[in-house]
Amino acid sequence: MSNQLKPAVDGQDHSQGAQGAPLVLVEYGDYQCSYCGEAYPAIKAAQQELGDKLQFVFRNFPLAEAHPNAQQAALAAEAAAQQGKFWEMHDALYEHQNQLDSAQLAQHAQQVGLDVDQFKSDLQAKAGADKVEADFESGVRSGVNGTPAFFVNGQLYNGNWQDGELLSFLQSQLQ
Amino acid sequence: MLEANTPAPDFELNSTPDQTLALHDLQGKRVILAFYPADWSPVCGDQMSLYNETNKLFSKHNAQVIGISVDSKWSHLAFSKDRNLHFPLLADFEPKGAVAQQYGVYDEKTGEAKRALFVLDEKGVIQWSYLSPAGINPGADGILEALEELDKSNS
Repeated sequence: MSNQLKPAVDGQDHSQGAQGAPLVLVEYGDYQCSYCGEAYPAIKAAQQELGDKLQFVFRNFPLAEAHPNAQQAALAAEAAAQQGKFWEMHDALYEHQNQLDSAQLAQHAQQVGLDVDQFKSDLQAKAGADKVEADFESGVRSGVNGTPAFFVNGQLYNGNWQDGELLSFLQSQLQ
Repeated sequence: MLEANTPAPDFELNSTPDQTLALHDLQGKRVILAFYPADWSPVCGDQMSLYNETNKLFSKHNAQVIGISVDSKWSHLAFSKDRNLHFPLLADFEPKGAVAQQYGVYDEKTGEAKRALFVLDEKGVIQWSYLSPAGINPGADGILEALEELDKSNS
């Protein structure tokens, strides 16, 4: 029913690209969701194409009942953020969607250059769980009903994101 | 379709092959009735799977969600297992769609329940209702807002 992003993008969000860019794309995603896995290269392509005209924000929407590793993977990315490597972990997770059990998460942590002991401790921290829960709840309030869900400049994007259509839509919003 | 401030008609339907659930069993709790067209269609699965995830948010407001469709208890059992659902699905199966009819959300043409939401207060009075186009998952934000309104009026 709702189609407005609530709350708006703020300093709590994980963000890539230029602040104040004319286009702000927000994804609600789940690291174990295969459609999100398909959307991952589509977003990379849009970022490449649009450069500093696009700011990209990722919020967690783990469907924990449907995807047994989704919650843990979301926490792993938040734990990596504690060491300033959210996006490195985000990318590693989407590039290895079938490797999301605890041991494999620790391997990803090592590969992206995290202090693994610190990572394991941050994985248990309440701050990460709170962030994931807050993201999920904000998604529900914004009208997200599945993943991936996209908001462009605060409005729910109902269109197709496959086959370059997300990029075309973003480009059309620039004119 | 029944509107706000109407007492919700009581019913008793199968929740599993050998158990029934009656609305009056839930007195003292808020109840979210989610009528939906059918098990297994991809959109329905989405909606019920979403409520499975948002159940934790509903619980914070003392609310129990219940799915209702004209599917049989056996279909519900299989569907519920497949999606790992943790809330009851009721079979409005015989007489077909009788409860949906009482709530004014039975679609005579398709022989299915419409996609309709009702939020009931602790006393079993409808406080909010919403009819969604059949193909569109109505999400959970409207339900949460209705529950928050109830919290406000109780305090």
